Amino acid sequence: MSTGTPDGSGSGVRLLYCHCAYAKVVPPEVKAEVLRRLSESGAAFDAVPDLCDMSARKDPALARIAGSGATRIAACYPRAVKWLFHAAGAPLPAEGVEILNMRTQSAGEVLERLVPPPAAGDGEEARL
Amino acid sequence: MSRTQGTNLRVILYEGAGSEALSPDERFRLLTSLLEDGFEVTRPANGGKVSPADGAPILLLGRFRELPAAEAGLHVHDLSGKDALEAAREVRARSGARRLGEWKPWFPVIDYERCTNCMQCLTFCLFDVYGVDEGQRIQVQNQSNCKTDCPACSRVCPEVAILFPKYKNGPINGDAVKQEDVRREAMKVDITALLGGDLYASLRSRQQEARKRFSTERDESRAILERKRCLKELGKELDIPDEVLMSLPSVEDIHSRAERAKAKMAARQARSQTVKDSRPAPTEKEWGI
Repeated sequence: MSTGTPDGSGSGVRLLYCHCAYAKVVPPEVKAEVLRRLSESGAAFDAVPDLCDMSARKDPALARIAGSGATRIAACYPRAVKWLFHAAGAPLPAEGVEILNMRTQSAGEVLERLVPPPAAGDGEEARL
Repeated sequence: MSRTQGTNLRVILYEGAGSEALSPDERFRLLTSLLEDGFEVTRPANGGKVSPADGAPILLLGRFRELPAAEAGLHVHDLSGKDALEAAREVRARSGARRLGEWKPWFPVIDYERCTNCMQCLTFCLFDVYGVDEGQRIQVQNQSNCKTDCPACSRVCPEVAILFPKYKNGPINGDAVKQEDVRREAMKVDITALLGGDLYASLRSRQQEARKRFSTERDESRAILERKRCLKELGKELDIPDEVLMSLPSVEDIHSRAERAKAKMAARQARSQTVKDSRPAPTEKEWGI
């Protein structure tokens, strides 16, 4: 059995969710709903406790995310996310990154872009 | 370990072959508790893309039919056993990964599309958060020095180029900068005018007026109270903590701080030049010829 250690393979857009764990600036009900429905969607994703904290530490995980092609990020203001990555020495590519703002958008609006609706016939969550 | 060092433990929530799927509720609860405790969580599924492994410690969590073997840097925990959060905390402690909650990540982030490198933030900041890089470009160097919840440097930036992503209001929180924001910021003109000139002049004049008013009463303490009240009003307006406001730099401080920053940079450049000069010329092999 494969241990499932991520190798970045597979197809499609990479999904990243930021929990903004250190502050209450993202409405908790939006965060909770986005995370719940993301986890139920059957999509692969990465979730991080707090992008600000990772940026301050220049966490190598940010470079790994920034260098991994098309990505949709559920976090906060796009200008803030863009410069947080830049501050960590891991600038996001100019193309292929979509940032969804959980501070201003509803959970429904975020999820509509973050998790594409299942294709016809996808009745159940598929396994790895 | 410093507040801005160390890596998080990454948890892989595994529900693939050789394991049982989690219920939606269990998965959500697990994700939430792990994230709130500072763990990065990856959920691989359906062959979708996730971040590649990069040498950071990993904990594989799942309800396994057969427990996979642990390897160097890869820890495995079966969800049927001990509480997952407790297990993750133990692995974190063993692997030396960082704990969450040691510092609220409050620090300025520069929008270089707006920044004109005027250095007002560097000269204004009381906590040496800013510095310059080799190219004399302003940068945030000591994030953890920043005074939590103080957005003062963003208030003095004439270009609205300093963000605090966890601030409550725009455009400091990263919201789009509107024309009215630029107009408002342009009124600051420069820090000398704001702090050294207008503010101090205004404080001095208010203090003098208060002194005049109170001179007949010989009550200096009321003049001091008046000054404090004035600063408090200003602090409320700009959302700057009292202790920062009470220790605003003087014009002389601002100038000497700018000079110190320049001298520090020049010294650093001189050192780096010395290192370059003392380095032997590259060999043909090193040039790849």
